[in-house]
This record gives sequence, C-alpha cells and structure tokens, in this order.
Amino acid sequence: MAQPMAQTVFAPWDDPDETPLIRFENVTKRFGDFTAIDDLSLDIYAREFFALLGPSGCGKTTMMRMLAGFETPTSGTIRLAGQDIAPVPPNKRAVNMMFQSYALFPHLSVWDNIAFGLRREGMDKDALNDRVEEMLRLTRLGKFAKRKPHQISGGQRQRVALARSLAKAPKLLLLDEPLGALDAKLREDTQFELMDIQEKTGTTFVIVTHDQEEAMTVASRVAVMDEGRLVQVATPDRIYETPETVYVADFIGDVNIIEGTAAPDGDQTHVIWAEGHDPIIGSTDRAFERGQQVFYAIRPEKVAISANRPEDAVNAVKGKILDIAYLGNLSTYHVELPTGHIIKAQTANTRRIARRAYTWEDEVWLSWTGTAGILLES
Amino acid sequence: MRRFSWFNATSLTLGFAFLYLPMILLIVYSFNASKLVTVWAGFSTQWYGELFRDEAFLDAAWVTLQVAVISSTIATVLGTMAAIVLVRSGRFVGRTLFSGMIYAPLVMPEVITGLSLLLLFIGIGLDRGVLTIVLAHTTFSMCYVSVVVSSRLVSFDQSLEEAALDLGCSPFDAFRLVTLPIIAPAVISGWLLAFTLSLDDLVIASFTAGPSATTLPIKIFSSVRLGVSPEINALSTIMIGIVAVGVITASLISKRASLRQQQDEQAAARATG
Ligand SMILES: Nc1ncnc2c1ncn2[C@@H]1O[C@H](COP(=O)(O)OP(=O)(O)O)[C@@H](O)[C@H]1O
Ligand SMILES: [Mg+2]
Repeated sequence: MAQPMAQTVFAPWDDPDETPLIRFENVTKRFGDFTAIDDLSLDIYAREFFALLGPSGCGKTTMMRMLAGFETPTSGTIRLAGQDIAPVPPNKRAVNMMFQSYALFPHLSVWDNIAFGLRREGMDKDALNDRVEEMLRLTRLGKFAKRKPHQISGGQRQRVALARSLAKAPKLLLLDEPLGALDAKLREDTQFELMDIQEKTGTTFVIVTHDQEEAMTVASRVAVMDEGRLVQVATPDRIYETPETVYVADFIGDVNIIEGTAAPDGDQTHVIWAEGHDPIIGSTDRAFERGQQVFYAIRPEKVAISANRPEDAVNAVKGKILDIAYLGNLSTYHVELPTGHIIKAQTANTRRIARRAYTWEDEVWLSWTGTAGILLES
Repeated sequence: MRRFSWFNATSLTLGFAFLYLPMILLIVYSFNASKLVTVWAGFSTQWYGELFRDEAFLDAAWVTLQVAVISSTIATVLGTMAAIVLVRSGRFVGRTLFSGMIYAPLVMPEVITGLSLLLLFIGIGLDRGVLTIVLAHTTFSMCYVSVVVSSRLVSFDQSLEEAALDLGCSPFDAFRLVTLPIIAPAVISGWLLAFTLSLDDLVIASFTAGPSATTLPIKIFSSVRLGVSPEINALSTIMIGIVAVGVITASLISKRASLRQQQDEQAAARATG
C-alpha cells in the first residue's frame, strides 16, 4: 500500500516557529539558604511527554510544585501558554497534578474521587456522569467505582489518582513519580497505558522519575537534572547515545569511562590513556586540543569480547575476566586490564547455554569500533 | 491465656475499689428509701421523683445544659481553628509563644482562671449570668479541644488538601470538603470532652455565675453544705451517667474510626492478595 504522505516526526523543539506551552525563564527557588532550583530555563511544548530525571533531592518535585502553584519561584518567571502564572492560585490553573502519594480522598468512593474536580467546576449532572464513566473506562476501574480508596490495591489506587487528575482535561498534567510504588510488571504495563492515554487525550504530560528506564520508555524528551540545574535536555536516544557530560552518561544506563589526554589526528581524535598501550581511536564533532583532558565513554553493549584479537579491530585491549554477571537475557563481563582499568562488556544470550564461552580468570580481548564511544570534556 | 498473679489481682482490686467505691456507694444510696443517707431501708426511686419536682434543681439543670452545649460548640470551633494554625503554619514569629499560651490554661489553677475571668467581667461591666459562664467555659475547654484536634492533624496528610486545591477548590472548600470530614471523629470527641468538662465544672462556674443563673455543680455543692440529702445522691447519679456516656462515646468514636480503617484495609488486602 502506498503511503500518501510521509508521517511527520513529532519534534516541536526543533521548530523555531513553535511556541512552547511552558516556559521557565531563569527560575530560581530557594528554601532559606538552600537553593533547590538554580537559574533554570526550559521550554516544554504542547502534547509532549516530558520526563524530569535525576537523583533524589535534585529538585524535581519542586519544579512540579511550582507548576501546580504550591510553590512560587524566588526569582524568574514561569509562563503557561505565554501567561505568567505566578499570581494564579493552584485552584485557578489549568494544570492538574498526580501526587507522589496519590493523595486520594479516603472518605470518598472511587467514583466521587474522580468526580471531585468536575463538581467544583459546576458541571451539569449528565455531563459529569458521562465524564466520570469515560474516565472509569479509560483506566479500567468500572468494577471498583463504589469502593473506597483503602478497599482497592496499590495499582488500582494509582489509576484512580490518574483518572482524577485527567478528568478535568487539563492543558498540562503533572505526574510525580506516579509508578514508584508498583512492582516491575505492573509498572511496565502502566507505562504503556500512560503513553496510550497521552496519545488518546493529547494532554501535555510532565513526568518526574528517578528511574532512567522509565524516562527512556515513556518520554518524548528527557531532562537530566543535578542539584537544581538542567544538565542535558534531549530525546531519549540522544541522551543515551550522545550524552554531553560524564554525569549524564553515567546516570543513564551503564557506561565505561576512560580518562586520558586528547591527540587530534585528522578527522579522528586519539585518546592517550595508558603508557605502553595504543591510544583509543574515536571520532567526535568537538574540537579537542592536543594534551587536553578527555573522558572516553563507551557503553558495555558496544564492547565485543573474543578469545583472539580481531584482525580488523580499530580499538582492542587484552585483559582478564574478573567477574561475570548473568542477567538472563544479557551477560556482563567485568574485565581487568593490566593497567588496572576495569571494562564492562555485555553480550546478548541468544541461545540457551549450558556452558559459557569464557569463564573467570580467562584472558580475553575486548574490541570496539571507532564510532562506538564518545569523547567528553568533563 | 494469661492469668493474673495473686499480687496483680490484689492491686487491681484495691486500685479500682479506691477509684469507684465512693461512686458506687453514692449510686446505691440514691436508691435508698430512707431519708437518712447512711441507713439502708430498702429500694426506692422516690428521690428521683422528688428531684424532678424540685423547681430550683430543674432550673439549674437547664442552665447547665445550655451552658454545656453552647460553650462546647464555640470551644470546638475556636479550638479546631487554633489547632489548624498551630499544626499547619510551620514557623511564624511568636509560634512557640502562641502554642504555649493555648496550652497554658490546661495547667493553670482553676481558681486563678476563675478569678481572672471574674475580674474581667466586673471590669467590662458584664452582668454575671448564663452568658458569663458560657464565656468562661469556652475559654478553658477550647484548649482541650485544641489538644485533641491537633493530635489528629499532625498525622493528616497535607497533600490531600493540596489535591483538593489542585482540583479547583478554594482553600475554604478544601477544608470543608476534605479536611473536616476526615478529622470529624477528633472534632466530635473534642466536643464531647468540652461538653463533659463544662457539665462538671464547679470552681470556674462559682466565680462567673450570678444570682440569676446557677449550675448543677454549684447547686449540689451548696446543698451539701446543709447536709447530704438523698436527692443530691440521685442527681449526682444522673450526672455520673451523663458524663460516663459522654466520655465513653468520645473514646469509642475515635477507636471505631481507626478500627474500621484497619478492617477495611485487611479486607482490601484479602481481595487483592
Ligand atoms: N519546603 C521545603 N523546605 C525546605 N527545603 C525543601 C522544601 N522542599 C524541598 N526542599 C529541599 O529541596 C531539595 C529538592 O527537593 P525535591 O524537589 O523534593 O527533590 P526531588 O528531586 O527528590 O523531588 C531537597 O534537598 C529538599 O530537601
Ligand atoms: Mg520528589
């Protein structure tokens, strides 16, 4: 079948004519002497599924609470659809928040919890009934409508919280670690459910998480935060493949970091990392000066492991297997080089094996291509 | 099953006897047929009948009831408001002073509270009567309400109120529709506590009552000075009954609320586990 039109990629952040739905302009938030958010600027576009990622205490919840109206910036402005929202109280904002603790009203049934926001709007009875039933269908909670929050399971509560925050069809929905309390299986199901709901309703989602896999799964863009600042904002694949700093590379997924000095050579850059060893050859868009400190970052799955030195390998080092982590679908080998560096190499377990090809103390070769790793300044 | 040791059984019996024997005697003698308080002459309810024909006692009972209902209601409103300010507002200038001042009347000698109120009422020229007793009782019982309600508010999840605001409630609506229904058991037990405190207060009422209004405790106290009568025993028995019902209801309400929550949670665990 012929495709009449090429599908356009959703990437409003690349379009200079697009106006963002949310705009943080040099926002700083202090609690006493403590700076929770530090001169932060950020644009989030309509219909995005935007993830805030970072370690505990880096200011993710504070960002959400400023958007919802429970905190006001110490300086800077936050605009929602162009309008400064500082003077707008929480109950007048077209923003709804799903709380980290769910915050369901314990004295109301599931049905009344979902209807709560609609009643405040003064929606007429029939429309309200329809809307609540629609939300119950969407979150598959029909059977539990009459129960109280403490009479349903954790996963169901989480869906009630979601339904309640979605019911008012907000312009912007804030999800603060919405899946934190769920077990792995339910978590994965719910992530896909969230993406589905987002697609159906067209709401803009901002999700907070400290789970990088979750951010990678659901998000259109990911912002990595550290101590109240944004370190990098990009699509999940760019964050993973081209992190801009060691912090980001280290935070997202597993990575080997090798420190050295740069030696540019034509369109390649050599990394001199240990005396008596061949330099690592890498390619980069950045210009490094000769002798400049550089960090070479390479993901374990991009490092191949073999018994002999592969003939055409651009980069190859020899080492001894220190440890093997069997993860079911993958195995990670920790290989110690004569220099003392420990490099992780990952292989997919495509066959059911009774016997591993390599075992502890084996001498092996690690190899990778010239474009497998990236060079970072810090 | 655990058995009481000999020592435990004895000390328990002695302790309870010490606490309740006088009251049991009073209740028993209120059903005595004899006019002489200490001589048993058979069972009778005649003193109850006489009590209900005694105008002075009935008036005092009516005043007491009015005072208790009105003062405990006002005390509940004020005490709840004070509790919210104390628990919620975090640090503000003078918070420690404010909370200390709320709780001070708990340990203040009643004579002092009564005297100072009396001086105030005389100072502003307020005639002593039902109104002054109501004001006085509100003053001292609101701190009890405030203690009961704030102990509940401490464990109240603030994000519930934020969720209500987030869903479009004004701050007042958030309180009315979310906070109040959830803390209602504590507010009700606070009210009952204030009610029973007002019912049996003698000292403060004596300072603030006037000739136009006398409460039952004052009435009882002054009649006892002329000698204990079986009528008084009957009246006291009724008061013990009311106070006991009030206190037991207050504690049952808070017990039941937490018990029901627990049972529901267990039921939910069974349904999903
Ligand atoms: N109301 C507050 N008062 C003082 N410090 C706060 C307050 N809220 C947050 N913080 C501090 O700000 C920092 C960021 O908090 P938060 O945004 O909750 O982090 P997280 O990224 O884990 O959600 C933390 O160090 C926290 O202790
Ligand atoms: Mg948080």
